[in-house]
Amino acid sequence: MNKIHNRKIICDVLLEAAAKDRDVVALCSDSRGSASMTPFFEQFPEQAVEVGIAEQDLVGIAAGLAKCGKKPFAFSPACFLSTRSYEQAKIDCAYSNTNVKLIGISGGVSYGALGMSHHSAQDIAAMSAIPNMRVYLPSDRHLTRHLTEALLKDEKCAYVRTGRNPVEDVYESVEACPFTMDKANVLTEGDDIAIIATGEMVYPALNAAKLLKAEGIGAAAVDMYCIKPLDVDTILKVSQKVKAVITVEEHSPFGGLGSMVAQVISENCPKKVKNLALPDAPVITGNSREVFDHYGLNAEGIASVAKELLK
Amino acid sequence: MENLKALAYELRKNTVDIIVNGGGGHIGGDMSVMDALVTLYFDEMNISPDNADDPNRDRFIMSKGHSVESLYAVLAKKGFFPLEEVLDKFSKFGSQYIGHPNNKLPGIEMNSGSLGHGLPVGVGMALAGKMNKAPYRVYVVMGDGELAEGSVWEGAMSGHNYNLDNLCAIVDRNHLQISGNTEDVMKQDSQAERWKAFGWNVIEIDDGNDIGKLKAAFKQAREHKGDPSVIISNTVKGCGSPVMENKASWHHHVPSEDEYKEIMKDLEERREAALK
Repeated sequence: MNKIHNRKIICDVLLEAAAKDRDVVALCSDSRGSASMTPFFEQFPEQAVEVGIAEQDLVGIAAGLAKCGKKPFAFSPACFLSTRSYEQAKIDCAYSNTNVKLIGISGGVSYGALGMSHHSAQDIAAMSAIPNMRVYLPSDRHLTRHLTEALLKDEKCAYVRTGRNPVEDVYESVEACPFTMDKANVLTEGDDIAIIATGEMVYPALNAAKLLKAEGIGAAAVDMYCIKPLDVDTILKVSQKVKAVITVEEHSPFGGLGSMVAQVISENCPKKVKNLALPDAPVITGNSREVFDHYGLNAEGIASVAKELLK
Repeated sequence: MENLKALAYELRKNTVDIIVNGGGGHIGGDMSVMDALVTLYFDEMNISPDNADDPNRDRFIMSKGHSVESLYAVLAKKGFFPLEEVLDKFSKFGSQYIGHPNNKLPGIEMNSGSLGHGLPVGVGMALAGKMNKAPYRVYVVMGDGELAEGSVWEGAMSGHNYNLDNLCAIVDRNHLQISGNTEDVMKQDSQAERWKAFGWNVIEIDDGNDIGKLKAAFKQAREHKGDPSVIISNTVKGCGSPVMENKASWHHHVPSEDEYKEIMKDLEERREAALK
């Protein structure tokens, strides 16, 4: 079981970058502990900005820093970052075209029993609807490293969602994790069904493909970490031959990965698309694993839906 | 030195033409803020088309973005783009000259339009200046109605927290907003006390349409060390012609042909008087 959460990897990459480039700056809204960014604030106090509990200020200040040549990474719980500061993301980042990286930590239902105020089941839909905003949900620590390194190199704004808890490795190592910016990774090949997942749902999707393979069903599992720009080519490549497509996401059933994939499939190669997501309701109380299990967002649940679709 | 008072009336005339040609605009706030813009662009700030990419140029944010027509008139006079182009294209189909600042145009740093965004962004710019030990200053112009936005006060808090004495906020205190008197819509009294309580160096001027007083205020702000400064600039909405002065209905009224003639006559008379 992997014990290193993705947010720590982001901090590690930024520590390496900040040592070489004084324009790399991190901002937190009383969230440095939750963001695993305490080491950054300790080692690079001149490149760290605390704004207090003020998410609008967080994103506005980040945009101002970016406009003057800084490379800001703004950290805040995804639930607040994607809603409280939504207009700053829209106007100060995307519309004004500033190089701000918005890092939504403890995303989805990571905060478990803290309730709907702390869940971000709308962030994919909200952020993706903003022109010029990119949206990424890395699946594991290795892909998180590649993605963070890539984001340091470009000068456009982006929203990244990571979970709170360590997640199992989808890839064996950083070296074994293929990475081309904005290209999804096809984890398993299969001609019967395609399972396209994002973020923490990639690991169960991969395991579902393995369960199906054991039963003689070919499932293509895809790590769609790049929600926007969506990797349409890979969706079409894995969907052409299969009988049905499943999407899996830790998100509302509206406006997320499922909606986007269904749009692509219906335009290009119409077939059944089943969207596995959280309900359009406050989720049941529990930790992430309990919530996922309850709604069938696990390997067994995904495999079971796949078999039903193939009947 | 150029007669800035006369220039402000000349640019008000251009602003009125922009609005009439485009068939819309926020004329009242354009007129009240013009003297502050003229003082900033032609006296206080080191911003020009020649240094538009210089990292040490001063930074300006029009947080009350609906007064963009006055900014267009000023930027055109500074040579960022031709006035004729603004007059021809403002608000027209496919135009870059839209009804709020848009940084695809030269001379405009940040997009605005939704109120309450400018001050936090200005804090970020000033903070970057401190980090880089850069000499530039950051100026953010806000409206008084805008001060009802909570994000303004988040920015005020952080400006003080980081001792940003390279940041200067200007409140165009014209006492009117779209629905009427600010005090009837949402009380904005005790502004000096409010900003002082937030740790800002407060400079209040009784006549924010007086360029001499504005110059002195900007100098005072520049010379104050250790805190950000705010200039509460008491102005007259629609300043320049009795046709529109102190009338909330002129927040975004487009002059009729008769009103246009009268306003232009008034503005020209005041421009000529300023030259004497």
